[in-house]
Amino acid sequence: MSTSVATPEAAPRDAAPEPARPRRSLVPKFLRNPWGQPRFLVAITWTYVAWALVPVVIAILFSFNAGKSRSVWQGFSTRWWWGDPSQSIFHDPQYTQALAHSLFLAGLDMVIATPLGVLLAVGLSRWRGRGSGVSNSLMLVPLVTPEIVMAVSLLVVFTQLALFPFNAIHLGTTAQVIGQVTFSLSYVVVIVRSRLVSIGPEYEEAARDLGATSWAAFRLVLLPLLAPAILASMLIVFALSIDDFVVTQYMSSDASTTTIPMYLYSNARGGTSTPALNALATILVSTTLLAIAVGYLVYSVIGHRTSASRGGVSALRELSGMEA
Amino acid sequence: MSTTAFDTRARYWRAFALPGVVWLVLFVVIPAYAVLAIAFGRVDFLFQPIPAWNPADWNPGWVSKAFSGSLPGGEYWPAVRNTLVYVTVALGLCFAIGYPVAYYVARHAKRSKTLLIVLLVIPFWVSYLLRMLAWIGLLSPDGYVNQILNAVGLGGPDWLNGNPYSVILALVYGYIPYFILPVFAGLDRIDASQIEAARDLGATPWQAFLKVTLPLSKASILAGSALVVLPMFGDYYTNDLISASPKTNMLGNEINIFVQGGSEKNLGASLVLVLMAILAVGMAYYLYATARDQKRQLA
Repeated sequence: MSTSVATPEAAPRDAAPEPARPRRSLVPKFLRNPWGQPRFLVAITWTYVAWALVPVVIAILFSFNAGKSRSVWQGFSTRWWWGDPSQSIFHDPQYTQALAHSLFLAGLDMVIATPLGVLLAVGLSRWRGRGSGVSNSLMLVPLVTPEIVMAVSLLVVFTQLALFPFNAIHLGTTAQVIGQVTFSLSYVVVIVRSRLVSIGPEYEEAARDLGATSWAAFRLVLLPLLAPAILASMLIVFALSIDDFVVTQYMSSDASTTTIPMYLYSNARGGTSTPALNALATILVSTTLLAIAVGYLVYSVIGHRTSASRGGVSALRELSGMEA
Repeated sequence: MSTTAFDTRARYWRAFALPGVVWLVLFVVIPAYAVLAIAFGRVDFLFQPIPAWNPADWNPGWVSKAFSGSLPGGEYWPAVRNTLVYVTVALGLCFAIGYPVAYYVARHAKRSKTLLIVLLVIPFWVSYLLRMLAWIGLLSPDGYVNQILNAVGLGGPDWLNGNPYSVILALVYGYIPYFILPVFAGLDRIDASQIEAARDLGATPWQAFLKVTLPLSKASILAGSALVVLPMFGDYYTNDLISASPKTNMLGNEINIFVQGGSEKNLGASLVLVLMAILAVGMAYYLYATARDQKRQLA
């Protein structure tokens, strides 16, 4: 010790912070302050990214396995994609059927949930008065309810309630579409409403001042401004629908209403399934990621052109449904 | 308020919302009531449920069986205990892994930031079922995990039959993107000048982190936790795929078995009420904590 230690009483409480500890400390610098020189953070981040993505990449690569195993590599082949005349995904009707039904449901969900959600978002953001508060909370319910609760309640109401319109809805495609629209609706509202907030009421008010009717202002001014959010929500609804498992499974009836996620669920375990299953999953993930990438481009490119968007990062966040 | 111009036309804008609100009433509110009607209902001689639509006819039998069975020592307690333990451990791991990742990407990643954001978003949109399928391949007896463990001389355990560690790993793997993204968004919003101010006033980096960054990101931590906890509580497919053993059943598995498989739909509906009751406790804390933080920020 080269300096005498000051008594605590003598030390002024607001003394200037001590300079960095002497260099002879045995603790390595990055351990004393791992957040300053973020080596630890760099390591954990890239390890996480690898952990999150490498298993997925391996699963995709196994769709090109030459053998029947989904866990031991036996050489490269395209037999499970198209080579095998009966067991490849483009030849076995089980796979083509599941793929077709998934796309069919996603298309219907997109076409129904998007307009319904856009109108709901515009209505909820403008309508003040009795019922508007309750409706606003109601819109959030599907977002905060575990999917199994929604699935059980829809199953119960479609199979037990002998009252129109529920008794007219049978399990199968109709029930699957209704279930998917019900949870997709809230996502459309959240995306469109965040866009409404950033647009503000001024454009519409200007149109009204210039003599436009409410409807004309909505159709000619607001709707074009909302276009990027509407297109983005369409693609997100498509992705949500094609990835959905729980509600779609509960609402299904027979083999003809099997979707890709349902097929993966029933065949993921057990030795009978081949790498064709991985090929099917690869088609699923490519479709989803394509829809999201297009949605992102639409949102950031068109959105940027039409009004003050906050750029790519915020578009990404809104696409992931996080930003209210 | 600039919205007054719209207020006068309440009926007009209500018409916009009407189709969506009707949809939600038909397919959210009425089905929720139907669950109550089944849970408080009776069964006919074929054990098919008879819903009790009128609360005056409610039969509390199934609901009390479900709730008392969910207490320690009850029939469904193992599933409730598994759910609580797995979700708590998985949430802790999501925080331990996810927070540093979100922190690094938000505050330190410079040139690689956009790339990293894309890499964080991708798992979010890769089908949950595919991600489980990937681990089934890796953890199978001849899979890569056991190959590596065997190569270093450790015998690989049986990962895919009733192994709770595999289930927790799968839950973390499946849901952590839902934690990282909102926490990243929250950390990214923090004004760097606030942290600089703390440093200028003499805070060590650790103090600045603990007293400025962490409290400012608390709201997004709570939001991310809610986003992973809510679906985990209703999860049954992770366990079905990774464990396929009743030993690791969660509450969602019990509900799924009673509603989809078995004859006791009333009991399944009653267990849905148990699930909602547990979540209501969590939601109450979430709302309380958010309100308290807002009050503190205003003060």
